Amino acid sequence: MSTQARGGLTGPHDLGDGLGAAGGDEPVISLRGVSHSYGAVRALVDVDLDVHAREVVAVVGDNGAGKSTLVNVMSGVLVPDAGEVVVEGRETQLRSPGVARQLGIATVFQDLALCEDLDVVENLFLGQELRRGPLLDEVAMEREAWRLLSQLAARVPSVRVPVGDLSGGQRQAVAIARALLGEPRVLVLDEPTAALGVTQTAEVLRLVERVRDRGYGVVLVSHTMPDVQAVADRVVVLRRGRLNGDFDADRTSYEEIIAAITGASPARRPRRQEDA
Amino acid sequence: MSTRAGGGPEVSTDRSTTVPGGVRGVGGAGRAAPGGSSRGADARAWAGAPWRERELGSLPVVGALVVLALVFQAFNSNFLSSDNLVNLTLQSATTGVITLGVVLVLLVGQIDLSVGAVSGLAAAVVAVGFVQEGWPLWAAVLAAVALGAAVGAGYGWLFTRLGVPSFVITLAGLLVCVGLQVRVLGATGSINLPYESWLVRFSQQVFLAPATAYALAALVAVGYGVTRWTGRRRRLAAELSAPGLVSIAVRTGLLAAALLLVTWYLNQNRGIGAMFAFFLLLVGMTDLLLRRTRWGRSVRAVGSNVVSARRAGYAVRRVYMSCFMACTALAALGGVLSAGRLAAANQGTGGSDTNLTAIAAAVIGGTSLFGGRGSAWSAVLGAFVIHSISSGLTLLNLDASIRYIVTGVVLALAVTIDALSRRRATAVR
Repeated sequence: MSTQARGGLTGPHDLGDGLGAAGGDEPVISLRGVSHSYGAVRALVDVDLDVHAREVVAVVGDNGAGKSTLVNVMSGVLVPDAGEVVVEGRETQLRSPGVARQLGIATVFQDLALCEDLDVVENLFLGQELRRGPLLDEVAMEREAWRLLSQLAARVPSVRVPVGDLSGGQRQAVAIARALLGEPRVLVLDEPTAALGVTQTAEVLRLVERVRDRGYGVVLVSHTMPDVQAVADRVVVLRRGRLNGDFDADRTSYEEIIAAITGASPARRPRRQEDA
Repeated sequence: MSTRAGGGPEVSTDRSTTVPGGVRGVGGAGRAAPGGSSRGADARAWAGAPWRERELGSLPVVGALVVLALVFQAFNSNFLSSDNLVNLTLQSATTGVITLGVVLVLLVGQIDLSVGAVSGLAAAVVAVGFVQEGWPLWAAVLAAVALGAAVGAGYGWLFTRLGVPSFVITLAGLLVCVGLQVRVLGATGSINLPYESWLVRFSQQVFLAPATAYALAALVAVGYGVTRWTGRRRRLAAELSAPGLVSIAVRTGLLAAALLLVTWYLNQNRGIGAMFAFFLLLVGMTDLLLRRTRWGRSVRAVGSNVVSARRAGYAVRRVYMSCFMACTALAALGGVLSAGRLAAANQGTGGSDTNLTAIAAAVIGGTSLFGGRGSAWSAVLGAFVIHSISSGLTLLNLDASIRYIVTGVVLALAVTIDALSRRRATAVR
């Protein structure tokens, strides 16, 4: 499957003229010094986050660590007290969901925001239907839907079944395909596997890899460590609203990440294990 | 929004790797699911059914209609006589216009309990305006429909701005409209419309000339065939699965045969009433709006999941507002037509069972009470079912009590089917 995806691949950084070609390390989108408080509660404190093309960044953390706040900031739903986003070297503010989308950040929320009674094509183009004169252009939309879904190698029985009849994994695929329709640079996935069984989780993780292989940057917000370890290239740990580690997923052990999440220092962690 | 202009990731895949080759041949050959997965068989099952044909849809209602017709015919051979059927079409038209509005409100997941009262008020306004005040008839009709729309705008405002549940607002509206109706009618409480006015003639006496009726029937069938055929060509050009030529020809032929047969049978008696034709035209237009325009899509999206619809960027408040207004305007129009049909407006117009009949017809016709699912044609089917029951029972000399009970049971059945299918859909989740 992934070989197919690679076959037809040219990523956004290739089109972004030199951005990726000049230095593969250049992030497509960076958050700089993002802070936000809900009254006295400091949900995010001076958080930096770089997202590169063709990379899955996992954001992990305990409950209340600030993951959802970060998602809301990136999607433009929440305007932070301080901090900005750097896109193609320019600093801007994510003032609204529309601005975030324009800057190329597409977010798939945990509830997926699908309409169960509408079919796959209708959901993909929800609110941005293609028209031909005054009428909807069903043919163009259906063709585009097949194309998007086949890129993701998503298994959907038909693009004309109501989304309510699809499995959780298939819905996730539809939601991701819809996010990609807006031609984003970065895809933010909020707990995409939270409500899924084993098979469907694997399906969604393959989907995440495929999205990355197509050249997008992916921010995967999750608290399921096995999922994170399966797909992430980089793991960013949030703890009480602050960054508490930025790990290379391949060279970091499960224990180190857990230690960063819980706040036990990585150095102490192995000793405690020996004690036990 | 344009399709994938530059800027974003290039997405044109090497299709031959992802889509099994040779699938879009002649005659509706199936297109397998993307990725060449094992769902090919499923995909083939859907092929040739571009859209709207996947659901059970209106099949249960049509089945129920056939059963009703056979049962009543067995008891009284007059039931399927062309005379009775012509009456049935005329009765269905007035209820149906009101039901059409109810369908719109149900589609956004709301309800309007005041449609009967609004129709009664509209009838009163037409009668008083035309007969007592001496307005031109068209002005009176226009005023009545505009008043209906204004009532809906009030509901929409209360609902979208203040968040009052629609069934409470419309229940309040029902009382207000009944009060206004009595007020407007004044002391006499009943006003007759002159038989020679065009409203009465239109809703009672004008029937399509046989030639016109046949021509229209043929035109509809040809139009259907041409639409399907051009649709097929566009789908094939876009490399999508498309219905086969044979299937299109057969469907068009069946439709033409059915339409011509019905026209011929009704023409044995008075024929197709102008009011009934008008009703069908309204339904056809609403159906087009619902299925093929952005507004229609937004209506179904809002009814299915408001939060998702809002996130998708639809103007949710305006969608609600348009549906409430369309509903009450159509209810008013239905009231005007029923005033024409009875050649009178009185305190009973739009009273008693009009309200519940119209709402029940929408649900029986297959529009979900829970929003998001339904079709304009459910107004036609539902109205037919309700009036078949009442006409059949009348022919059997059974009184209104039985009619209420039977209609109630049928409504309960329809709502049960609706709720069950809803539960099955959520269980899959």
